[in-house]
Parts: sequence; C-alpha cells; structure tokens
Amino acid sequence: MNGYNFAYLDEQTKRMIRRAILKAVAIPGHQVPFGSREMPLPYGWGTGGIQVTASVLGADDTLKVIDQGADDTTNAVSIRRFFARTAGVATTTHTAEATVIQTRHRIPEQPLREDQILVYQVPQPEPLFKLEPSRAEARRMHGLAEYGLMHVKLYEDITRYGHVSISYDYPVMVGGRYLMSPSPIPAFDNPKMHMMPALQLFGAGREKRIYAIPPYTRVESLDFDDHPFRATRAPHACGLCGAEDSYLDEVVIDDKGGRLFVCSDTDHCETRRADGHKGTELAA
Amino acid sequence: MTDETLLSARNLNLYFGAIPALVDVNVDLWPGEVLAIVGESGSGKTTLLNVLSGRMAPQSGVVWYRDTEGVQSDVHAMSAPSLRALHRSDWGFVHQNPRDNLRMGVSAGGNVGERLMAQGRRHYGSIREEAINWLAQVEIDEARVDDLPRTFSGGMLQRLQIARTLVTHPRLVFMDEPTGGLDVSVQARLLDLIRTLVRKLGIAVVLVTHDLAVARLLAHRVMVMQRGVVVETGLTDQVLDDPQHPYTQLLVSSVLAA
Repeated sequence: MNGYNFAYLDEQTKRMIRRAILKAVAIPGHQVPFGSREMPLPYGWGTGGIQVTASVLGADDTLKVIDQGADDTTNAVSIRRFFARTAGVATTTHTAEATVIQTRHRIPEQPLREDQILVYQVPQPEPLFKLEPSRAEARRMHGLAEYGLMHVKLYEDITRYGHVSISYDYPVMVGGRYLMSPSPIPAFDNPKMHMMPALQLFGAGREKRIYAIPPYTRVESLDFDDHPFRATRAPHACGLCGAEDSYLDEVVIDDKGGRLFVCSDTDHCETRRADGHKGTELAA
Repeated sequence: MTDETLLSARNLNLYFGAIPALVDVNVDLWPGEVLAIVGESGSGKTTLLNVLSGRMAPQSGVVWYRDTEGVQSDVHAMSAPSLRALHRSDWGFVHQNPRDNLRMGVSAGGNVGERLMAQGRRHYGSIREEAINWLAQVEIDEARVDDLPRTFSGGMLQRLQIARTLVTHPRLVFMDEPTGGLDVSVQARLLDLIRTLVRKLGIAVVLVTHDLAVARLLAHRVMVMQRGVVVETGLTDQVLDDPQHPYTQLLVSSVLAA
C-alpha cells in the first residue's frame, strides 16, 4: 500500500519492539517495557498483539488471526485485512498453513510446530494486579520471586468454592521462575503452553509490556499438591463436528432455551467436518 | 544461656535533622530472651525497633544477627532478597495496629497460611490444618477459620496477627506496642497468651512499649530510653523496683496504682 512502510510500523519502531522481544525471549515470562505506539485500532482490540505481529512479520510469512478461536469475527477479520493491505502477506484460516498466528483468548486446538509463532493479545500483563495494588511492589515481588500471595488467592478460592474458581487468565509459572498471565485464554488451554514447540509472544499495547515463552519451556499452572490443576470444558460433544476433546462455545439458538455447543476453534471444526466427522446437530 | 548473642547492635546513631533518635545505642539479645524497650513518646523506641529489624538504616553503627547455622551477618549489609527471606521465616513483626499486617480481604486461615505458602508449602490440607491449629493456640474458635478479619474484634485481630507471625516458628519477633489500643481486660488476656507462647516456643522478643506493666509481665530485661539515649538497662525487676536514673524513677513513680 502506498505511503505506508511494510506492515504499517516504521523500521525504527520495529527495531525497538524486536529488541524488547529478544530480551523477553531471553528472560522467559518476564515483562519487558516497550514504547507502545498509537495504532489504528482502539486499545483492547489488540494494539499490543498487532505491534508484535508487525515486528516479526516477513514478506514470505502466512498470517492467521483468530479471536476467541474464530477466524470470522470482526477483530480477526479486520486485523487480517490490515496486514494483507499494509504488508501484502498471504493470509489463511488454516492453522497448519500459518507461520504467524495472532490470537485473542484462545490457543488453536491443532498442535503448533517449531516454525510457527503464536502472538497473544494481552489486556493486563501483570498477574498480581488484583492482589497487589502497587506496581512497584509487584515488580519487587517478581524480582525476588515472592509469589506466596498468588497462592493465598488460590487458597481463598478453595476455601470458598471447594476448587480454584479461575476459569480464564489462569496464572502460570514460566521456567520455574516468573509468574505470568497467560492472557485471558481459558484455563483449558494452559497445558498447551507447556513445552510448546512454537515461539509464544505476548503484547500488551495499553500497558506497554512484551513478554515471551521460548519454544520447549516449562509452563506450569499454579495449584496445590492436594488440589491439582484441572483443565475444564463444557461436558458436551461439538454439535457440528462431534469433537469431545475441544473447547466449546455455548450458542443460544432460539428463545425457548435451545443451546448449541460448538468448537470455539472454527478451523479445527471445519477441518474435522471436511474429514467426515459429523455432530448430532449438523443435519438440521 | 550461651555466650553467643542472637542479635547485637553496636554504636547505633540516627538523627532526624537536629533531633536525636538514637545516640550510641548498644543492644544485646540472647536466644529465648525477652527484651523490653520502654520510654515516652518520641524517645526513639520504635526507631530502634525499625533499625534492629533492618527496616530503617542507621547513620552509623552495625546490627549483627546470628542465623541458625551460627553465622553472624550484618543486617544492613544483607541483600534485599535475603533480608526479606529472613523477615518471612526466622523473624516476625507484630504491629501495634493489626490491620497494618493482616490482609483484611482474606480469610483468617489464609492470613495464617500466607507465610507458609510464601515459604513454598503447596499442600492445601496441611496448610489449613496448621492454620486451624494456630487459631486454637491463640484462642480463636476454629469455626472462624473461613471468616474475614473485618468481622473480628480488636483483641481477636491482634491474636490473629500473632498466629500469622508465629506460624513459621520464628526465632526472633519484634513487637511494637502489641497491646496498644486494647481495653484492659483484653490486654491482660493477650499478655498472658504472648507470655505462654514465647516461653513454650523459646522465641526471643524485642518488645517496644510505653506501658511498664507490660514490660514487667513479659520481659527478662528492660532498656529505658530518653531522647535517643539508653539511660538505664538491666533485669526487669531490678530496673523497675530500684531505678537508678532520675528519668526511670520518674517513669516508675508515674504509674497509676490501681
């Protein structure tokens, strides 16, 4: 597109962001500050993720963008079109074909490979922000690896509800050192981060932080020995493809209490249907 | 009593501008000993407590602490992580206002368990069991383990704070006016509790108080401070029954007879 640099951001900005990314990769789970730019979309729509994507994107990359697992939602469509226009890169909806995947709130069901990069959009990078009001103190706690407070929160949950009630943005320990917010992905996706072959990058635009998980890094969800972490999903099969191991969305289909459970990962669902899998609701 | 001190301070000096808070203060504390620092408001008691516990740096002088391995280290030369680790495990701090120390939005059990979890304990059942155990030791009904501290009375809050502090079995506890702001009958019960626990666990205590009765009941030794200077020090009964320094005589004679 005329008048714009490749992938919208100017080269100096990309350089600055790449430096932050390199530092983040070197210290897995540590939040690295960066000079977040104004982007042509509102805060909360993925300004951090889009800047990270712009900085790692090359001309021969193939981009996939998902929002809550879906390729066809507003956020996903507009970010994908944004890079198709400003960088001229190929785009896809197939997880296997993509080299860079920008995501909001999900990790694709299909396991990722070493030659892929997963970019997360992060609204709140600080996992301690609800527990420790002072950012200076939270930074000190990260510096000294004092994470007892997070376990107090889990203790309170178990005491009150009998189980840990965090269903998304479930805090993880990265490489046995840093407590990290995995962004608001469902706790169901947490185990996928552990030892993932792909590079995982996290960008928080408003909060001006970048952090990363290098390939094959230990990522452990916090828990107690006698209350181990459990990934939960709706106890149904996908209505369209019949999958019983994927994360499901609950869709209201009429005003008589009708519900349809479908895979939140649309590409996963379509691939399965193309392979001949059929859910109970598909015929109708 | 061994000849090895747990905590010793030499020639501590600290001035706030022209105001002397600590003037050439020396302190020695042996394991299992309770030392009371008494004096009027502004005499430097709390400043001394803060300096001894490493929360405030003196302008000159050193504070030595001997750890469980018998190694002496300068509290103010320690790195921030090791000082914080010390405060989390070997040491405890009981504040005058329990709200400064407790997490008011976290249940009593969570408050007591926090130090255990900070030390890396990861078994919910055993943490909870220990919390209930400690609540019983400080005479709080175990049915209140899941209640928030804001539903507790002032005396209960102070006892909860003590349970939270002692749960990691510290060797040294700093107490800043632990009975301040409580009514007399609650004070008496709390003092009795502190005395029992300290004896039972063999904890060394540095206790700051302006109440001579508290010092008499709890302390083995007393230091009397006036304008940053330690004017008299000795065994509690000796100092309180036969005060030598005019200021101590004034303090002792100003206690109201009940």
